[in-house]
Amino acid sequence: MAAADVKRTIEAVWRIESTRLIAGLARLVRDVGLAEDLAQEALVAALEQWPQAGVPDNPGAWLMATAKHRAIDRLRRADVHRRKTEELGRELELWGEADVPDLAAEAADPFDDDVLRLIVTACHPVLSVEARVALTLRLLAGLTTKEIARAYLVAEATVQQRIVRAKRTLAAAHVPIEVPERGELPERLASVLEAIYLIFNEGYAATAGDEWLRPELLQEALRLGRMLAALLPAEPEVHGLSALMELQASRARARVGPDGEPILLLDQDRSRWDWMLVGRGLAALKRAYATGGAFGTYTLQAAIAACHARARTAQDTDWVKIVALYDGLAQVAPSPVVELNRAVAVGMAFGPAQALRLVDELADEPALSGYHLLPTVRGDLLEKLGRLADARAEFERALTLAQNAREHSVLLRRIARCCARG
Amino acid sequence: MRVMVLIKANEQSERGEMPSEKLLTEMTTFNEELVKAGVMLAGEGLHPSAKGIRVQFRGSERKVIDGPFAETKELLAGYWIWEVKSLDEAVEWVRRMPAPDDAADTATVEIRPVFEAEDFGDELTPELREREAALRAQTEGA
Repeated sequence: MAAADVKRTIEAVWRIESTRLIAGLARLVRDVGLAEDLAQEALVAALEQWPQAGVPDNPGAWLMATAKHRAIDRLRRADVHRRKTEELGRELELWGEADVPDLAAEAADPFDDDVLRLIVTACHPVLSVEARVALTLRLLAGLTTKEIARAYLVAEATVQQRIVRAKRTLAAAHVPIEVPERGELPERLASVLEAIYLIFNEGYAATAGDEWLRPELLQEALRLGRMLAALLPAEPEVHGLSALMELQASRARARVGPDGEPILLLDQDRSRWDWMLVGRGLAALKRAYATGGAFGTYTLQAAIAACHARARTAQDTDWVKIVALYDGLAQVAPSPVVELNRAVAVGMAFGPAQALRLVDELADEPALSGYHLLPTVRGDLLEKLGRLADARAEFERALTLAQNAREHSVLLRRIARCCARG
Repeated sequence: MRVMVLIKANEQSERGEMPSEKLLTEMTTFNEELVKAGVMLAGEGLHPSAKGIRVQFRGSERKVIDGPFAETKELLAGYWIWEVKSLDEAVEWVRRMPAPDDAADTATVEIRPVFEAEDFGDELTPELREREAALRAQTEGA
């Protein structure tokens, strides 16, 4: 095999094995940062040795065995140091007196709990959401800092810093690497779901830059959601998030026109939706319902997305049901943004005049003061009511608030349309 | 990227014989791995070609042919659809597949990338897009 081929094979092996490798090591050395260092060292060893020696038959076991040797080396060194400081106990207890555990043999065991422990640790609430996102992409998705930096359009050093600081925070807070207890699970899980959904959203609606989609982040978030659904099948919101992401992602390619301009949901060509993802999303929503748990925000949002997915044409959309689901969402997670979305649904179900009253109630909402969708929605309703000059003023206000270049072009078109009709 | 992984038929699958319990167990484990890794989008096994039908096109003629069909090695016994980062990743996953029952029999698995919107490039514009738009107007115009 040529060296370039081996390198590509190693990348593929890393993609498949890195999560479990780091997760298994984290359990044994009880330190996420150290576990990742050891896994990286094993990867470097593979890059050095496989081009000459060939790719081993069981590359995952090879990586684990190599990381194990590095771990033993480090512990021996630490051992000498600690003997003097009489802090021998914990490591010796962990590793046993004589025989060091065979990590490669452990690799054959089900690693589900290890991966779950790793993900709840990487998304621990002591970490900022940016730190959780960076750690999750690094440890669970196996992305390099370079890939993360490219996806977020930031300098690689920034991502590196974020990860180093996150590991330090975890160590300083003595966060144990364990599956949270039943009572603690909802809070810890919410922290995980939030990070995954943030990755998804950055991929689905890039907040800055010229592109509307960042496919690699979209795919990573979908994959993490699917992983989590396999790990925690009894948790309704895990399926709810997965359903929401699959359904939203199903529209990704219908969402952008030939010149890169965004196409809004109701104008999309539904034959261009990804019907495999629609099917997966609806199935995931069914699983969320089947758990019998209370509907949370992700499940309710997925249920709304499902109303759109089930409508064969935009005219078939069950807006009355969507309004009811937004009512539910406003109870579970009251927020001005939900109210704004609910107003849009009311406009579709019961007419623009009713909706405009709801939107006007939100005008002084401080949380929405810099939010470009408030004037966009208001402009849309005014345009439907034939108040074109007012509509144009709203779109112009939205233009000063929107950050994405593609959104700008949509707003400029709407302003031009108001001028032409007015 | 999305790939379709095609599992070619062999004599055992064409005879309609179920794999051994050992292979079924290994396959189930492998499928679980794919699901846990978030790679699996879909996958099914197919009945032997004896239960299949072909429709042959020649000009305006349509001829329906009942199975079974010859050329066993070209037939399919099952498929998966995976979401992977690269073709190399798909190859690595296929390497991890359990071995077939009959060690002497050769089995082939084929990996084919699924067309993505960008693969169509300019070919989908502008005429095809116009046709799509016309179709939409028809379905929604009612």
